[in-house]
Amino acid sequence: MKNVLTVENVTKTYGNFTALNKVSIAIPKGSVFGLLGPNGAGKTSLIRIINQITLPDSGTIYLDGKPLQLNHIQDIGYLPEERGLYKSMKVGEQAIYLAQLKGMSKQEAKKKLQMWFEKFGINDWWNKKIQELSKGMAQKVQFIVTVMHEPKLLIFDEPFSGFDPVNANLIKDEILKLRDNGASIIFSTHRMESVEEMCDYIALIDKSNKILDGKLSDIKHQFKENKFEVGLISDNKNIFNEVQEKFKVTNLNTNTENNEYKMVVTLNNNDTTKDLIKYLNSKAQINHFSEIIPSANDIFLKSVTNHE
Amino acid sequence: MNKLLLIIKREFYAKVKNKSFIILTILSPILVVALGALIFYLSEKNSEDVRKVAYVDETNQLAPAFTNTETLKYVDLSALGFKEAKTLAEKDYYGLVYIPKTDSLNQLSNDIKFYSQETPGLSFISTVEGRLEKQIRNLKIEKLNIDVATIKATETNVSIATENFTGEKSSKIGSILRMAAGGGFGYLIFMFIIIYGTSVMRSVIEEKTSRIIEVIISSVKPFQLMLGKILGNALAGLMQFIIWMIIGGAILFAITLYLGTETTNNTNIVPMTPDVVHQVQEASNNNLQLVLQEIKNLPILTIFFSFLVYFFGGYLIYSSIYAAIGAAVDSETDTQQFMMPVLMPLVIAIYIGFSIIENPHGSVAVGFSIFPLTSPIVMLMRIPFGVPWWQIAVSMLLLILTFIGIVWFAAKIYRVGILMYGKKPNYKEIYKWLKY
Repeated sequence: MKNVLTVENVTKTYGNFTALNKVSIAIPKGSVFGLLGPNGAGKTSLIRIINQITLPDSGTIYLDGKPLQLNHIQDIGYLPEERGLYKSMKVGEQAIYLAQLKGMSKQEAKKKLQMWFEKFGINDWWNKKIQELSKGMAQKVQFIVTVMHEPKLLIFDEPFSGFDPVNANLIKDEILKLRDNGASIIFSTHRMESVEEMCDYIALIDKSNKILDGKLSDIKHQFKENKFEVGLISDNKNIFNEVQEKFKVTNLNTNTENNEYKMVVTLNNNDTTKDLIKYLNSKAQINHFSEIIPSANDIFLKSVTNHE
Repeated sequence: MNKLLLIIKREFYAKVKNKSFIILTILSPILVVALGALIFYLSEKNSEDVRKVAYVDETNQLAPAFTNTETLKYVDLSALGFKEAKTLAEKDYYGLVYIPKTDSLNQLSNDIKFYSQETPGLSFISTVEGRLEKQIRNLKIEKLNIDVATIKATETNVSIATENFTGEKSSKIGSILRMAAGGGFGYLIFMFIIIYGTSVMRSVIEEKTSRIIEVIISSVKPFQLMLGKILGNALAGLMQFIIWMIIGGAILFAITLYLGTETTNNTNIVPMTPDVVHQVQEASNNNLQLVLQEIKNLPILTIFFSFLVYFFGGYLIYSSIYAAIGAAVDSETDTQQFMMPVLMPLVIAIYIGFSIIENPHGSVAVGFSIFPLTSPIVMLMRIPFGVPWWQIAVSMLLLILTFIGIVWFAAKIYRVGILMYGKKPNYKEIYKWLKY
């Protein structure tokens, strides 16, 4: 698997403040890469460096294996968190201008735009001024402007903010479609449920340091605590205490009418899942058994609190 | 380079398509001409009013001083006596000149009085004074038994024709024209720098507040954006200037044609003695020719060329400062503290410019026409009077060097400032940005 973007030991300081401290990440081709972190962690600084808006103090960035250079601008599409368009410019005119700045020709831009406008059903907006559009409408235009030059790498900073659920879904689908067509996507957000839904890889930045990165499924595996949610049915009123003698049990929830017991069981170091099932099976009827996989949210909270 | 052109094009159209720009461009010259015509018309109208002035001359010697003119009619009320004349004058006349009876003419100098309802204008009083002085002088000459005609014969009217060492003729009209040309061009640059500099600043602030800035600078370098913005606005300004010149020129041409035919008609119709014809020609036809001649005598090419250089140089220096200010703030209300130091040299230049016009080659004039922050205005005001080429060269060189320095400096502030939100910057903060 080749990486579309590699960030190596990037450091950036503003005066006495260190925004990024030797951060390295790699974004695999054709993936959605979640760039996570609390507010002020340094995500925007990193994104700006990738976009060549600012230069790093040290460290190198490679796009497709080549050190970042000026003409790479057209290979990157960037949707900043703080969005905006020229208010008094017409939608079509403006989109063409921005596409031209990304290196597209006027005819090309026009054709692509018409396609996207068709897709989003906004053909009649062409001659409207941005100030006549609602915020959500303007966001749609902004999304189109970001992706229309079909860059290798797309960077979305909080892409769903300002969209209603219907349009957020539309945008989500479009982003995934772009990935399926070969684009790689950096996705910076605070909304962990969308990370869960979309990201193949994540990196977590906190206080200017990268504290975690890798494939989301691997990380989840790493963060597993061998906890299982167990549901038992038994006449034995003492069942809870008996299990507790052998394993660490928390979150007991009893429904005595149906003789149902729900609990979270943590495996001991040398026990396996098999041992647990065997034991439980001998004690009672199992009506529920599942491993507790940490959510992105849990991982985020845990890593950031531990880092402190 | 291609992107720079795109930005220039966008900034140019954004400015030019603006309704207020279109209206201002077309209406301004018409308004200026209309206003000028109105003032001319009103002042003509004002002096057309005929005033009737009564006089009581108890000396019976000064009557010849009161000869009627087109706007002043004198009526002799000496027969009525002072008191009656005064009551009559209060009702029917603009005022009453009272010359009391005296033994010696010397006594008169302080005794003559003018009564009127309202305080008379200075020019009216001095006209009457002049006439009375002349008449008293004639009387005195007569008393000394000298023939007045003999004295008159000794009077000569001297009119100095000036010419510089290279042989170009100059005249009073020429100096006035030079002042007008220099002052006009200097003032024009002053206005353009302020209007278009502010326009650049507004445009920067607009990009910042609409937050499009981050999208743009992920495609182009901040320096390209700043330069494109400045040049786009400059082109819009230049276009406006050219349109003004064309409209103004057309109006001026039309007026010249109209006035030209009128004066020739006058001289043709009225039969006059050669002497009078000569005078009239001096006054009207020749004046016009003289003005045209003097316009031809102006170093037009030098003026035009240096106008372009100083316009662009001055504009680029100031508008990049304006761009940096725009980048440093969040809204236009925060700009005040930075505007003062920018406006200061411009205002000083204008004052210096208008005060040195009397002596365009003095040391103050030379100094300020070389100092790059004031040279675009002051030098341009001096150029119509002829400036040694080395001064122009030094001044332009300094202008260009300063321009490069200031643009570099402004670009640094701009680069950092456009991405800063929410902080009200002070000078210390901005100084820190220079080191980022």
